[in-house]
Amino acid sequence: MRRRRAVFVGLVLALLATAVCSLCVGALQIPPADVWAALIGQAGEARYESVLWNLRIPRMLLGFMVGGALAAAGGLMQGLFRNPLADPALIGASSGGALGAVFVIVMAGTFFPDLPLLSDLRILPLASFAGALIVTWLVQRLAATGGYTAVATLLLVGVAVNALTGAMIGFATYLADDAQLRTLSFWTLGSLGAADWQVVSLAAPFCLALIFLAPIWATVLNALALGEAEAGHLGFRVERTKAILIVLTAAGVGASVAFTGIILFVGLVVPHLIRAMIGPDHRWLLPGSALLGAILLVLSDTLARTIVSPAELPIGILTAGFGAPFFLYMLLRQRRKALWT
Amino acid sequence: MIRAEGLSFRVGEISLVESAHMGVTKGEVVALLGPNGAGKSTLLKLLCGQLSPNEGQVFFENKPLAEWEPRELARRRAVLPQSSTVPFDFTALEIVLLGRSPHGDASRCEDMAREAMAQTECAHLAERIVTSLSGGEMQRVQLARVLVQIDWAVERSPRCLMLDEPISNLDPGHQHGALRVAAKLAEKGVGVLVVLHDLNLAAQYADRLLLMKQGRIVVEGTPAEVITEEQIGAVFDIRVKVIRNPTCDAPAVFVESSV
Repeated sequence: MRRRRAVFVGLVLALLATAVCSLCVGALQIPPADVWAALIGQAGEARYESVLWNLRIPRMLLGFMVGGALAAAGGLMQGLFRNPLADPALIGASSGGALGAVFVIVMAGTFFPDLPLLSDLRILPLASFAGALIVTWLVQRLAATGGYTAVATLLLVGVAVNALTGAMIGFATYLADDAQLRTLSFWTLGSLGAADWQVVSLAAPFCLALIFLAPIWATVLNALALGEAEAGHLGFRVERTKAILIVLTAAGVGASVAFTGIILFVGLVVPHLIRAMIGPDHRWLLPGSALLGAILLVLSDTLARTIVSPAELPIGILTAGFGAPFFLYMLLRQRRKALWT
Repeated sequence: MIRAEGLSFRVGEISLVESAHMGVTKGEVVALLGPNGAGKSTLLKLLCGQLSPNEGQVFFENKPLAEWEPRELARRRAVLPQSSTVPFDFTALEIVLLGRSPHGDASRCEDMAREAMAQTECAHLAERIVTSLSGGEMQRVQLARVLVQIDWAVERSPRCLMLDEPISNLDPGHQHGALRVAAKLAEKGVGVLVVLHDLNLAAQYADRLLLMKQGRIVVEGTPAEVITEEQIGAVFDIRVKVIRNPTCDAPAVFVESSV
């Protein structure tokens, strides 16, 4: 109990520190005092104000939301599929989202250049939400039989959808000109570079819905750890809850992917770190994961845009660089626990 | 309390349960017995609503199962399926407290959970991580979970417990301990239905036995009526001798080694 409180206080403090750090650091270094001055509208230098309000603040907000949504989605999926290896990117939900978004972009650019609806930025999160929803639902149908989710099927569906997305993005690459090529790498490696206030406002309802509504079903997720039938015998409407949670996950993951591309492994790693700190109770796991996910993603982004400054590293390179070895380590541990059958 | 009328369940051409009529009343322990594949677990799943019958209907307190609000039902009726794995590192105490979720008071029930764990002889495991427990230890923890679900129910009225092979992984001492817990619940008015394999344990602790074979309930009655050399021999395809259990007033079965 005390430990849990300490962890949450620590996470909130870390979130604040991360915010300060991400606002100060970059191609243009801004001293913390000037950040504060700019925030209350008394910036010493006009360019500080411009960089902060037009670039860094929306980018930080998008990072917090996307990191929080991806990590919460990971924790939620792991509970829903009763499997600690589930992750939005690994099971293909992220790819499905990207597929939806790229599909719309390719359609818009190639076949219907005059149709205003398709090129509207607002259509992207919806297309991507639909893609993520279809894949998550499919995975759920294919991999879950009799209240038990087969890991192999879970990951194989991910492989298939990832391949399909690869082909689709390849097709788009084939059609794209040089300038568009660079932006397409965005989908596979992820970047917060597209952040502006419009993107933030479009992503917010989806991401925040996932982050703040998911904990409502935390007790059902706890009961699901016993098994689907068991959760039903405890009086929960399991099928209905599953449907709601799949829609919520797809919303958060879809909107994240639509504006930041596929960012791997955040959803897998973060819930495990939180479980190691405060245990598997979803009432604390989901908000804790959202906090840590937000922190880690904004920190990675700050790192990604400073280590090769003034250029930017795609953020997916960093998250995959840390996440993939962690995933391998988990596979080794899982094999010993024989959850693989 | 629970009543099944003409239950049939088929998968394709194969009939797993065939026109089963049965009931469990207040305060009795009913044991469901039969050879492997006789349909015991399927019948239990039909009775608790996990499977829907092709024909027939299940009533709890004279109301069809489907008309019960799930949470209302869960406050009165607990079901313990055959053992399943828990994928996350919950402590045993947290697992037991999940039994309070239909009552919504888990945060205030730690003492109750520990008492239930003491009854099922697993109080010393309370802080252990469940993924590290043995099969038998886990079964006692799960039994404590269904115990807190109904033994301390707000509505003291009709309550029912269904157990599917709850003692399959337990040593003899804990087998008797678990069945004593079930019998004690029955004394408090709970209707208990339990799937068992051990005829002698069933004879010792159950008030009524149901023998199943090939999807049908073939014999029903008190242990003395059901456990006879002819009936047990016919249902299980074995030759047996039945004597009086010297420790209590119940029949005891011994199987001949050569058929």
